[in-house]
Amino acid sequence: MSHQDIKFYQTGTFTVGNRLLDPEQRSVQSTLERTNALNSGHRACPGCGEALGARYAMDAAMAATDGQIVVANATGCLEVFSTPYPETAWQVPWVHSLFGNAAAVGAGLAAAMRVKGKSDVRVIAQGGDGSTADIGFGPLSGMFERNDDVLFICYDNQGYMNTGVQRSSATPPAARTATTPAVGPHPGHQRGMGKFVPEIAMAHHIPYVATATVADLRDIEAKVTAAMSLRGARYIHILVPCPLGWGSASHDTVRLARMARESGLFPVFEARDGEVTDSLKIRHQVPVEAFLKPQKRFAHLFGKQRDEEAIAYLQARADRNIRKYHLLEA
Amino acid sequence: MDKPMVKPFAITLDPGSSLANHTGSWRTVRPVYVHRLPPCNNGCPAGEDIQGWLFHAESGDYEKAWHVLTENNPFPAIVGRVCYHPCESACNRGQIDEPVSIHAVERFLGDEAIKRQWAFPRPAQRSGKRVLIVGAGPSGLSAAYHLARLGHEVEIHEAGPMAGGMLRFGIPKYRLPRDILDAEVARILDMGVRLHLNRKVDNALAAKQEGGFDAVFLAIGAHIAKRAYIPAGAAARVLDAVSVLHDMEAGERPLLGRRVVVYGGGNSAIDVARTARRLGADEAIIVYRRTRDAMPAHPSEVHEAEDEGVLFRWLSTITQADEGALTIEKMALDEAGKPQPTGEFETLEADSLVLALGQDVDLGLLDKIQGIEIEGGVVKVGENMMTGCAGIFAGGDMVPSERTVTVGIGHGKKAARHIHAWLNGELYQKPPTPPIATLDRINRWYYSDAPKTVQPELDAERRLDGFEEVVHGLNADNALFEARRCLSCGNCFECDNCYGVCPDNAIKKLGPGQGFEIDYDFCKGCGLCAAECPCGAIDMVPEDI
Repeated sequence: MSHQDIKFYQTGTFTVGNRLLDPEQRSVQSTLERTNALNSGHRACPGCGEALGARYAMDAAMAATDGQIVVANATGCLEVFSTPYPETAWQVPWVHSLFGNAAAVGAGLAAAMRVKGKSDVRVIAQGGDGSTADIGFGPLSGMFERNDDVLFICYDNQGYMNTGVQRSSATPPAARTATTPAVGPHPGHQRGMGKFVPEIAMAHHIPYVATATVADLRDIEAKVTAAMSLRGARYIHILVPCPLGWGSASHDTVRLARMARESGLFPVFEARDGEVTDSLKIRHQVPVEAFLKPQKRFAHLFGKQRDEEAIAYLQARADRNIRKYHLLEA
Repeated sequence: MDKPMVKPFAITLDPGSSLANHTGSWRTVRPVYVHRLPPCNNGCPAGEDIQGWLFHAESGDYEKAWHVLTENNPFPAIVGRVCYHPCESACNRGQIDEPVSIHAVERFLGDEAIKRQWAFPRPAQRSGKRVLIVGAGPSGLSAAYHLARLGHEVEIHEAGPMAGGMLRFGIPKYRLPRDILDAEVARILDMGVRLHLNRKVDNALAAKQEGGFDAVFLAIGAHIAKRAYIPAGAAARVLDAVSVLHDMEAGERPLLGRRVVVYGGGNSAIDVARTARRLGADEAIIVYRRTRDAMPAHPSEVHEAEDEGVLFRWLSTITQADEGALTIEKMALDEAGKPQPTGEFETLEADSLVLALGQDVDLGLLDKIQGIEIEGGVVKVGENMMTGCAGIFAGGDMVPSERTVTVGIGHGKKAARHIHAWLNGELYQKPPTPPIATLDRINRWYYSDAPKTVQPELDAERRLDGFEEVVHGLNADNALFEARRCLSCGNCFECDNCYGVCPDNAIKKLGPGQGFEIDYDFCKGCGLCAAECPCGAIDMVPEDI
């Protein structure tokens, strides 16, 4: 992986910090000096994965650029809970325009910095899966193909959670949302729909594409740092569990992200110039059930009669990811 | 710098900070840092804070680790060798891969302390009280150490020619080298404890009064070998384990012959059989009336004895001893699992028979002392380790207990605390014990996979050449590795997980050694910190609403 694994120091590099490591080996989040780019007092639900992921990523970007960051944010949970006018939880220069244009605003900011000769000020655009995969997809693809000097971060909570949990094109099959009720022969979200944006980003042959989850802090920090060391269009897609939309306990956010990765349902990898270069290996493989069962949006799979067929379908998706991204150690 | 910008009114308001929004008001449960009792600490008969000293060993601060360790037990080099480590049986890691090899790290710290001549702190002030300790075994020395730390003047009267008690006269050299024993005893004497050898106390109360002592702690052990009636021919050579092991230390090496039979199933039986092999016996056979599972000897010692060629005869009793031969009766287990005679006899050739059937206490020094109660050959003591006679306390093998070195050391500490309180006219109040840190509170995902470090052992062929120590110690590198296998059950080890996983920055990091603090102004009570705490040191407690 892009970060250096510490083999054995009680908890190695699995925990946020580790008092046994040398200071230079420690994570940004473990330090007293972290920026807290997304500060206390924001109105995200208890246990919000997006708030956590955004702070992880943004603090790492701040650390990697000496704080020279400007952020364009799409409409969505992240914008609504962080910045109800006139208050904001952001401790970075931050601009919100529309739901669909974060990538375009980011591209414009990058152009402005270039014109002003401020090459040291870096631009990040960010949003949820709705503004990334659906509403802002055109501007995003444009930013990629022009290779604008922007890092786009998508916080993927697999639906439109802020507006009442509607499906997005990142909602997984069988998941119940307000618009995909658990009725019919295949209850929940239909099969054969949706898209996986990281692979589409790779198809643009941009310098850097990566996925991550909030369960692997070291991995996020390494990827954001790697992205900030490059110029051109870069894309990081972070899985952020949503207690509200997933119907999960607020204390299970990190565990669910971990189960998504350890089951293979969410592949964590890194790609450069359109080619997968590395993947984070599964440490203790779990069946997809470990990810699905704690979530109410999949409760219909585990009712009086278990929906074995649907569970097997999702397991097959996980197994395909494991093969495709070599998620198990050879 | 730049000239002031002319901005339209609508965007001239500076943004306010979200810090005005105290999201702590949303909370229905609150996280609280707790200290749970690690199962190792709970299992330690000497009451060591094992997780506490491993914490320092993990960072390589062995001296600090040793000081924390010796607050409870002054003999790490000794017990690191001879304790049967109930801590490791209790270790949560044992249910994940293998227990942390606590005894190996403890031994390393003890050896390190001897090598580097670390010393105990001298008491800050003297109490002016004098305490007599009878018996310089593990229990008496432990009490002496703790009383000296508390500022009391301590005098030990030991009947034998050397200090150590059963450590010296019961445990063979190949398990406990004598230079180690001497070094750890000397360190206690260096604190100002006075030791009188070859001074037998005939009457405890008289000794107290004559010497002007304020209190007495009796720890004379159990040195009288139990006998069983075995019809023996005039020329049969029958000895007992206590005297065999005693003679190994002081006196002439016992003559055991070429074929030695040891009768009994405890640790002493194993010690004698292994000693016999080292003295040149071709055959050392342990005869025991029950099965291997029922044997009180520790499995690790049985295993080491087998490696050295010691043989075992299970379910057998000795009915007759003659010159050169024994008569053995086979036993069978009845429905209740008890051995019953079968009437089947056989002959076993043996040059000598050593009885290892347990030991009794020599209670002569308590004769005619009012209030003292004896039951089952041992002295009754209260919760505070005091006998029925005020001011006379007792511990170790002479009171009802599991007779091990570590239990004796624990008695010494416990008695010292009660004696200290008693001398001040107070009652010692044991601090409340927190609930146990159970495995279900551990978030196992965070710990690296790491099997335990195996201590190197002396080759079986080389062991029989002499009394060289069988099990070797760890070195600084693998001791560090082993210490770092500790899960730190129920006690924060500053991994920063709570600080990191809080989506609301509601946890304040206070710096090394200071731990963390929760900012209840912003904590929403999501519980992520508790769920992701590797060691289970955070509880979620309902708010009063």
